[in-house]
Amino acid sequence: MADSALHDIPSVYEPSLFGTYSKKIGMWLFLLSDSLTFGALLYAYSYGRISTANWPTPFHSESIVNATIMTAFLLTSSLTMVLAVRASVDHNAKAQTLWLLATMACGAGFIILHGREWSNLIAEGLTLPMFPKVLGHEAASEFVNVSQTVPQFASTFFTLTGMHMLHVTLGVIYLGVVALRRKFIPILLVLWLVAWLTTPAYSPFHYGAHVLLIAAIVCAIILWLKPKVYDSSDVEVAGLYWHFVDLVWMFIFPLVYLMSAKIL
Amino acid sequence: MEPDQIAIAERVAEQHRHHKKALFFWVWGALLVMTAVEVYLTYQNMEPVKMLTILMGLSLIKAALIIGFFMHLKYEVSRMKWLTMCSVIACLILMTIFFFPDARRIIELGAK
Repeated sequence: MADSALHDIPSVYEPSLFGTYSKKIGMWLFLLSDSLTFGALLYAYSYGRISTANWPTPFHSESIVNATIMTAFLLTSSLTMVLAVRASVDHNAKAQTLWLLATMACGAGFIILHGREWSNLIAEGLTLPMFPKVLGHEAASEFVNVSQTVPQFASTFFTLTGMHMLHVTLGVIYLGVVALRRKFIPILLVLWLVAWLTTPAYSPFHYGAHVLLIAAIVCAIILWLKPKVYDSSDVEVAGLYWHFVDLVWMFIFPLVYLMSAKIL
Repeated sequence: MEPDQIAIAERVAEQHRHHKKALFFWVWGALLVMTAVEVYLTYQNMEPVKMLTILMGLSLIKAALIIGFFMHLKYEVSRMKWLTMCSVIACLILMTIFFFPDARRIIELGAK
């Protein structure tokens, strides 16, 4: 039914091959290519997991509880995103903005919890050579030899979860631009300053915070060159990106956390 | 947008208006329950391969729910559904064929 309904639209153009508008098809194509990026990272992690006999299991029950709450945040954010799309097609601008802000809040909660998880692991000695040394901290016994015996654990863990965290961060910024437009730029700059000034110099987030500054500059240029009121199709396309970020986490959570849980 | 694109976008929006909100709450609830089951299974001291199989099975169901309902693919035209899903699944199958036999071979050879 959907096929015939969408192809019956009178037009001077050729009918849409996929029965939907161009930017939605564009986003789907981007997501397909991005799924291969995450697929490759997940396979690299799994390859290391299978081929290494003494793979570490560093995730205590506190880490699993933390990751479970992060999962609940992402799932809830997907629900609020669907409600934002629904509000946008009903032309309810106020509800649309509120649901988008709720989605951003859940995404921000996810990033904060994930940042705390990373900081704890780094403080315990699970780190990468590119991260600055944490002064005054001795590595926990379980991580003393990990960097020598299983170096691929830290590299695959930080690459996979870091890439996902970057996607969530960019997703929150994307939704912020759709919800608040130009008003979001000063908020983004304040968030950058807070993140940069409140994180210690040895933390990777001290440097990672500059993603917010770069995003603020890029968003300012886009909004200056092409100011517009985002309609329901823009909200739906933003929603597709956000659900994809949620979808990827549904594989990272069991593969990385649950399969490496420390069972006492 | 071009008038043609606006007409299609309005038709898609009309489709969204026909979905009941309760459906999305049910999907959200099912996803949360499956996540709770995954965490429960983690602490049941199961054999790793068996646990991995169950966890990946649940993850695939969760992914299907997210793609189908939240990403709206269930309601797209069949050409869109088949082309998107078949292309990704074909690539992932190729990765599986090339990666995993090799990873197991390293373990079986006892290489360190």
